[in-house]
Amino acid sequence: MQMQSQGGAVLAIPQALVTQDAPEASARTKPLVRMQHISKVYSNGTVALRNLNLDVEQNEFVSLLGPSGCGKSTALRLVAGLGGFTRGAIDWPTSTYDAYGKPEREVGFVFQEATLMPWATVFDNVYLPLRLKNMNRKAVTERVKSVLELVGLDKFADSYPRELSGGMKMRVSIARALVTQPKLLLMDEPFAALDEITRTKLSNDLLDIWRKAQCTVMFVTHSVFESVYLSTRIVVMAARPGRIVGELPIDEPYPRDPSFRMTPRYSAHCREVSSLLDKAMNS
Amino acid sequence: MSLENTLPLEGEAASDEAQTPPRRALLDRLLPTIAGLVFLLGWEGLVRGYNISKFILPPPSLIFTTMIAQRDALLRSLQFTATISLSAFCLAIVSGVTLGVLLTQSRTVERTFWPYAVAMQVTPVVAIAPLIIIWVGLDRVWLALLILAWIVAFFPMLSNTAIGMKSADHGLINVFDLYGASRWKKLRYLQLPSAMPFILAGARISSGLSVIGAVVAEFVAGSGSATGLAYMIIESGTMLNIPRMFSALTVLSLFGLTIWHITSAVQRKLLSKWHESELKQEN
Repeated sequence: MQMQSQGGAVLAIPQALVTQDAPEASARTKPLVRMQHISKVYSNGTVALRNLNLDVEQNEFVSLLGPSGCGKSTALRLVAGLGGFTRGAIDWPTSTYDAYGKPEREVGFVFQEATLMPWATVFDNVYLPLRLKNMNRKAVTERVKSVLELVGLDKFADSYPRELSGGMKMRVSIARALVTQPKLLLMDEPFAALDEITRTKLSNDLLDIWRKAQCTVMFVTHSVFESVYLSTRIVVMAARPGRIVGELPIDEPYPRDPSFRMTPRYSAHCREVSSLLDKAMNS
Repeated sequence: MSLENTLPLEGEAASDEAQTPPRRALLDRLLPTIAGLVFLLGWEGLVRGYNISKFILPPPSLIFTTMIAQRDALLRSLQFTATISLSAFCLAIVSGVTLGVLLTQSRTVERTFWPYAVAMQVTPVVAIAPLIIIWVGLDRVWLALLILAWIVAFFPMLSNTAIGMKSADHGLINVFDLYGASRWKKLRYLQLPSAMPFILAGARISSGLSVIGAVVAEFVAGSGSATGLAYMIIESGTMLNIPRMFSALTVLSLFGLTIWHITSAVQRKLLSKWHESELKQEN
């Protein structure tokens, strides 16, 4: 099958492009996002996050993995600028800041639900972020179409969300997040509501999209397997209070395909991540 | 490629069903018509069989001939009542939607004025009709009728708009926030479309209420300057011209039915593409 041929090509692609040991010094010295000593305490005293430190490097695929209530979604929302935090700082070393000290966040966000407008066509749903940025519909038609093509939905531009399956809706949501050509794609358990088969397929397609769109991905999940399969790095978090307990690089080449799931190295990574997660749960 | 879609579409199911709707639609029209004819024939038969006086219950045939004989007077009265109730309906839509939108822009404003909107709704229109008529003067009874019909039709528009404005999906609000959408854009592209089904449902209720309001107000206003269908009914009653009374009643309900069907058609047209209430059953 086609996977075989892709698998063959894998070895030829230098790992350096995606791993942290990349020789490109600029990528290492300037992270895309730098979260320093982030704490978030709700008014009722619940500590959602305690002293979170995390650098997200350019072009990496980092997963935040942890049990529910560990603040992984909260952390993601903070990066997107949705909601405030109590202490700490989030810096965007490579972005420009406006006169009020607000960074120009070039992010796309994919929520757990597809969150599409039911009254609008697939095209209009994907066009929304550009419309909100006052961009003329005609001027960006090609752009919207090309991102729809990227997620494999170019034939469904005129469909309404209700005519699509759950997986297709999620693809529209991903297209909407990508249409602004963000540097950072934030994904909050995007596949959690989908069935296993659709999930697997979308995981593969996501890796493909990530490579083509050349962006950085922050991916929140509670699935060990999903995070190992997708990520260049996994950050494991624990709950009460939400904090980082450790992180593991998944030093494996891309493109990855389903045969990767059968390799002993994949299993080894999963065991490693699981034991770290176990420690996080019991601490 | 691997992005090629393998997800199932609901299109096939829909085309299978496509043959039944015309038959169903025909039945939907045929059944009520048959029921109506049976009812009228039974009525006619009963009145003739038991020799019931036309001063108590005139037969449908007599009502029909009266309608033809009195058509000029009936049409004049209909014109008056229709003008009042349709104007009141339009006023209710404009004012209800506008105030509903304004009310939901601020929590404080909503809390301050909502109780008074409710008070206006629960006060029976009959009770304030004499007051309004005195205020606007007996030489302008039409204006009093308009105000009263508007008061009755206004509340469903207001409350439905307010509820609809608040029904916007929370995930979508997040999407709009993420892209820094202004309040106006949120209103235009998110809240108003979300509120549309509610507003249209309100309009359907309101259309009927505006007729009821106009008729009730005319009853209270009584003799003289008001010359609508309600006055015709009162007048016929005092003259014991029961067939004329029935013909005015018939015209009144035909008018109500027409408005109902028009508002329903508008609702269907606007929502058919996306809203559950107007979707054809697919299985």
